[in-house]
Amino acid sequence: MKSKLLSAPYIVWMILFTLVPLGVVFYYAFADVNTGQFTMANLANMGTYTPIFLRSIWLSLAASAICLVIGYPVAYYISQTKPTTQRFLSMLIMLPMCMSFLLRTLAWVALLEDTGIINRLLSNFGIGPLPLIRNNGAVILGMVYNYLPYMILPLYSVMVKIDRRLIEAAQDLGCNSRQVFGKVIFPLSVPGIISGISMVFVPAVSTFYISQKLGSTGTTLIGDVIESQFKGAYNPNLGAAMSLVLMVLIFICVGIMNHFGEDNSEEGMVTI
Amino acid sequence: MSKELIRLTDLTMSFDGEQILDKINLYINDQEFLTLLGPSGCGKTTTLRIIGGFLTPDSGDVFFEGKRINDVPAHKRKINTVFQRYALFPHLDVYDNVAFGLRISKLPEDEIDRRVTEMLEIVSLRGFEDRSVTSLSGGQQQRVAIARALVNRPKVLLLDEPLGALDLRLRKDMQNELKRIQQTMGITFIYVTHDQEEALTMSDTIVVMDKGHIQQIGTPEDIYNEPKNAFVADFIGESNILDGIMLQDCLVEFFGRRFPCVDKGFAANEPVDVVIRPEDIDIVPADAGHLCGTVTSITFKGVHYDIIVDFKGFKWLIQSTDYQPVGAYIGIRLNPEDIHVMKKSEYSDMFGDYSSYSAEYDEIAEGGEDEE
Amino acid sequence: MRKVNKIFTILVFIFLYIPMILLAIASFNSGTDIAVFKEFTLRQYGNLFRDSTLLALLRNSLIIAVLSSLIATVMGTAAAVGIHSMGGRMRSVIMGVTNIPMTNPEIVTGVSMALLFAFIGHLLKINAILGFGTLLIAHITFNLPYVILNVMPKLKQMDPDLKEAALDLGCTPVQAFFKVVIHEVMPGILSGALMAFTMSLDDFIISYFVTGSGFITLPVEIYNYTKKPIQPKIYALFTLMFAVILTLMVLMNLLQLRDSKKKATTQRKDFMKR
Repeated sequence: MKSKLLSAPYIVWMILFTLVPLGVVFYYAFADVNTGQFTMANLANMGTYTPIFLRSIWLSLAASAICLVIGYPVAYYISQTKPTTQRFLSMLIMLPMCMSFLLRTLAWVALLEDTGIINRLLSNFGIGPLPLIRNNGAVILGMVYNYLPYMILPLYSVMVKIDRRLIEAAQDLGCNSRQVFGKVIFPLSVPGIISGISMVFVPAVSTFYISQKLGSTGTTLIGDVIESQFKGAYNPNLGAAMSLVLMVLIFICVGIMNHFGEDNSEEGMVTI
Repeated sequence: MSKELIRLTDLTMSFDGEQILDKINLYINDQEFLTLLGPSGCGKTTTLRIIGGFLTPDSGDVFFEGKRINDVPAHKRKINTVFQRYALFPHLDVYDNVAFGLRISKLPEDEIDRRVTEMLEIVSLRGFEDRSVTSLSGGQQQRVAIARALVNRPKVLLLDEPLGALDLRLRKDMQNELKRIQQTMGITFIYVTHDQEEALTMSDTIVVMDKGHIQQIGTPEDIYNEPKNAFVADFIGESNILDGIMLQDCLVEFFGRRFPCVDKGFAANEPVDVVIRPEDIDIVPADAGHLCGTVTSITFKGVHYDIIVDFKGFKWLIQSTDYQPVGAYIGIRLNPEDIHVMKKSEYSDMFGDYSSYSAEYDEIAEGGEDEE
Repeated sequence: MRKVNKIFTILVFIFLYIPMILLAIASFNSGTDIAVFKEFTLRQYGNLFRDSTLLALLRNSLIIAVLSSLIATVMGTAAAVGIHSMGGRMRSVIMGVTNIPMTNPEIVTGVSMALLFAFIGHLLKINAILGFGTLLIAHITFNLPYVILNVMPKLKQMDPDLKEAALDLGCTPVQAFFKVVIHEVMPGILSGALMAFTMSLDDFIISYFVTGSGFITLPVEIYNYTKKPIQPKIYALFTLMFAVILTLMVLMNLLQLRDSKKKATTQRKDFMKR
């Protein structure tokens, strides 16, 4: 009874600074920017931002898919190495996560610019300058670069926990190495895929720095619009409405993914 | 000796709507070695944890030296526990583990040192003071756990299946060791186990429990020789349990035949359960037997053979040092003192038939063939 | 197949590290254009250490990171112990709320807190409410889940008998926590605190929304810098940070390695004794 009380400060804190702020977002989303009266105008306004929402979703889905395709073999390779190598390699994966993502993104600007390193190298061969920056591709590249570790780590940690004996059992029952992968390792790594995708998708869909630096006015994302409502054209009510829509959107996407994942893992259990 | 130390009255306890203990009444004497024996889920560990102060009963009282201690928390009871998986503190070495309780009660450091050293002597762990507890073997960890509890000189030591994790040889050694320690230190031991042999070897008193009820309380000899119902008879050792009718004092009828016995106090013609221990049965030539049957299987067990004999469709287990070939027609003799008569209970007809004994082997053999 | 995979992995690592190596090289460049390497120089590092504003910002970041991770560790550990002793339904509700800052995008967390502070400021008629206090509150809030999610599994793994053994030997519940339980969950507390510290030190998005002009952290200022033509001393700062984090990680790695080796040898000895 008494030890439950230990969590009281935390519960109070989370109510004050997690639940109440979400309530305040609701409040602002439904309030007029000038009068503070109840209004649906902010949400009704969302229609004009549909292309931006769609672009954010499509670019971040593409980035998640690319991260999965690149990250899966890497995670698999790491999980197959010796424990000491594993520890070293996963440290190398984690290290970029601790570094300022602003500066790392900036380095890509230096690489991709019209007068950047790549274009200068190419000009030596008489090619270019190629339009490597300020387009959708560059934004996706920035997302992949920034969030790839968030895909590799959950995949790796699921793969490394797969019981070696299951693989041996599959081999014993006549699976070749491709079948071992398809029938045992892949189904068991589905939870890692799900959490990897949501760990990439959520920050990617809401980013604003990457699109500012690597994109152009044509690649404005929802994060940019929200940021500008708070830092530039000050309209917190519109910003709140957008945050609300973004939150609901992510809630739905992650929900669908988890549902999809559950079905899949159950199937996986049966086929093993 | 027989001064009452602990009394439990009408202890009742349930978890999530499931009745774990139903009106447990029990008293425990000073310096007694008492064992709570029963299958898992019978309520023995719950009873122990209530005595230790880790659980509060839904209703009923716990008395210690005549005082009600329901509301006394665990750390204020003069009772210590040896936990099932030892629960040694991994961040402390052997010495500091044993000294833990004494340091909590703020004894002077020289007295702590004296008592810890003495205790390590008793459990034969001198020289292990600075070892990390995680580097010890199971048996050594066990001794540290016992030393850590006993060094506080509790009135009562609670032991929750303390030998469960040890291998057979070590378990036998530790049984003797525990009995020796209990006798030299003169402390009440309350011991929980599901191992009937362990209970018979060590205890002064055995409490057989099942489904939250006490089935029988008695000395090991009582429990073995005079089981109260079919459950106790089956749980303690192997038993053939048959339906019978008590014709009069010292005369029981089963298999259509009358046998003299030593039991009294039943109503005339009362239906009863009859227990015959497999090792009490004497095998004789068929023409000299009280009953005759055919051997259907024989298994070598080391000291003896387990022989299954079919008597008119009812299969008995007989333990004998003599080999009998399968198919042999043999007779058996039953002496009056080999026959034990029990009142009918909810457990009647649930135990004591060995018909499935041989069938089990057949199934396994068939299963093996299916794999091919 | 394995070989292909190995080459692919190496390529991915190159992809991850090239931009960072580039910045490190740029920090030794005497020219200002990152794309052209003129001459080797340590001048940028000299400039960095003479720049009192940057160092002051670093100090701000450290103050916030230390304070917020400390407070979050104490509050979060206590909370984890409390949550651990709760029943299933209550526990899952609280863990659900704990997960909100983890699953919500950072920009939403930042915006929602900024709005809360704006709302409070409006109520209390304070104009410049954003600053040290709001920044600290925000950092504690997003650090708490990391502590709890690191400590909870350790509590679950712990043999529940250990706590009972301590009580049995005369500890009060408080003594049992400080003499036994805390030693068992210490690895979780430490890794939670470490994670909270790095998250806090590196946080830009949430800080960006809840900080005022009075108290700015390094990442927020770096964002302001990158809007203008960048100063090469920022590269020097980045390279130093890279070196520090790399050293810390290698050290931790070596410590873990030694630890697991020690364990393996004691186990082997144990095995041989039997």
